[in-house]
Amino acid sequence: MAEAVHPAIAFGAVEKWYGTRDEPVHALARTDLAVADGEFLVLLGPSGCGKTTMLRMIGGLIEPSSGEIAIEGKSLWRNGQRQAQALSELGMVFQDANLFPWLSIEKNIALPLELKGVPAPERRARAAALMRLVGIEGFGKRWPRELSGGMRQRAAIARALSYEPRILLMDEPFGALDAMTREAMNMELQRIWLETRKTIVLVTHSIAEAVFLADRVVLLSPRPGRVDRIERIAFARPRMPDLQSSAEFQAIVRGLRHRLNEIGEEGSGHAR
Amino acid sequence: MPDDARAASLPPSAALARRRRMTDRALPWITTPVLAGLLILAWDLYVRLAGVSPLILPRPGAVWQAWLELLRDPRAWHHTWMTVYATLTGFAYACVLGIGLGVLIARARWLELTLNPFIVATQVIPKVALVPLFVLWFGFGITSKVIVAAVLSFFPILTNTALGVKSIDEGHRDVMVSLNASRWQVFRRLELPSALPYILTGLEVGIVLAIIGAIVGEYLGGSSGLGHLLIARLNAFETDGMFAVLMHMSILGFTFYFSIGALRRMLIPWHASARLKV
Repeated sequence: MAEAVHPAIAFGAVEKWYGTRDEPVHALARTDLAVADGEFLVLLGPSGCGKTTMLRMIGGLIEPSSGEIAIEGKSLWRNGQRQAQALSELGMVFQDANLFPWLSIEKNIALPLELKGVPAPERRARAAALMRLVGIEGFGKRWPRELSGGMRQRAAIARALSYEPRILLMDEPFGALDAMTREAMNMELQRIWLETRKTIVLVTHSIAEAVFLADRVVLLSPRPGRVDRIERIAFARPRMPDLQSSAEFQAIVRGLRHRLNEIGEEGSGHAR
Repeated sequence: MPDDARAASLPPSAALARRRRMTDRALPWITTPVLAGLLILAWDLYVRLAGVSPLILPRPGAVWQAWLELLRDPRAWHHTWMTVYATLTGFAYACVLGIGLGVLIARARWLELTLNPFIVATQVIPKVALVPLFVLWFGFGITSKVIVAAVLSFFPILTNTALGVKSIDEGHRDVMVSLNASRWQVFRRLELPSALPYILTGLEVGIVLAIIGAIVGEYLGGSSGLGHLLIARLNAFETDGMFAVLMHMSILGFTFYFSIGALRRMLIPWHASARLKV
């Protein structure tokens, strides 16, 4: 496989403990992982498996207890300080769109550019192009509350892409949407990914969504959170919705579900 | 597949919503004068039919005449100005201290824990009862009125500001962290706009308390301001004149209150409260 000089994201012996000294919680056991440039990686697992912790660590929102995270070859943390160089390669999309209600859609999308001191005409032009890309053209002057959940999430994706990061991090981005919209948004996300060729790391607990979107699915198991197995998904792109009813697709989903059930039983076995 | 980007907006319901908004806005303009007129009519009828002495309750017409006289009297305008000055100056101090301290308290837990008993004390102590003390300390001049106005309006501004800064959405904070925003940027782009609806609520309550403070201060000491004028009219048994002063004060109160309302619509057009207020 043609790898870049360094991977887009590199986890080197990363570990995360939460809580107090008396009651520590092992959120993520020592993990090594490399995400290739332009790859679509999906983190899948039951709740408490550390998938969101992993994503938030990549995004610089949580500092690892030990180990090293490198973004495009640049360290994310140095002496407890987030490194701006690494952060500028990352765009984040959360489960809630988290748009600022006091800014118009256009201004929300351009907010990262404003923080970086990009002049207003350039911001407007960039926001217009992004609204075209994510399919919310003509809604720039609206308030966020005037848009549907799906459209707000599109705006959030546009905001994350505004400063052209090479990596897009998505924490259950469509988890709050209804099933119909969710499927449409997955198609849109695939289109955006094919157009922009970003590296994407997406967290989900939907097996079908994971298999549909991913180049690789990382299956995580809980207590402590750790990588259980990595499944390579080889379907050609662009993938169409009816792929999901094919036998091969179903087989992969079944395999992952079987393994998830085993993990669940092991988990409850430990508890007893 | 239905594309939510195009289907989601509000074409059919938009006209309906706009019409409802129109009636919402128009209705008070009709009901308020009608109800006020009925109230005045009932007042007039009661005074005439029950034969109440004008010393106890003057007729609305007499109050109106007294108010017109008040408007022609330059001394009354001097008193009005003194009350306005005391209210606004006291309110300004309360804004600076209340908003400043509110932001600090919301950000530093230790500061909140340290100051909380004292803040609660300033709230619980019946401040109006302290007015004579303020007069003793700061004299019969304008200073004691300014201080009473400031003390009364300080607390709601402080608590609302602190609440506003504390109520900032964690998800919004995550956005700013992931964008590597500086402390100043977080304050300017997130904390301030997010807390603004709360702060404005504090100001709305505060401005009314500031007028009350100024007027109570004038009741109890000194020789200027509308509060003083009201007591003077009362002592002279000019009940209609007293009502005129009362009306004058109310108009002042409305003006201040609606000014804050206008500020709200200007500063936070995105917020629900800016749409619901008249």
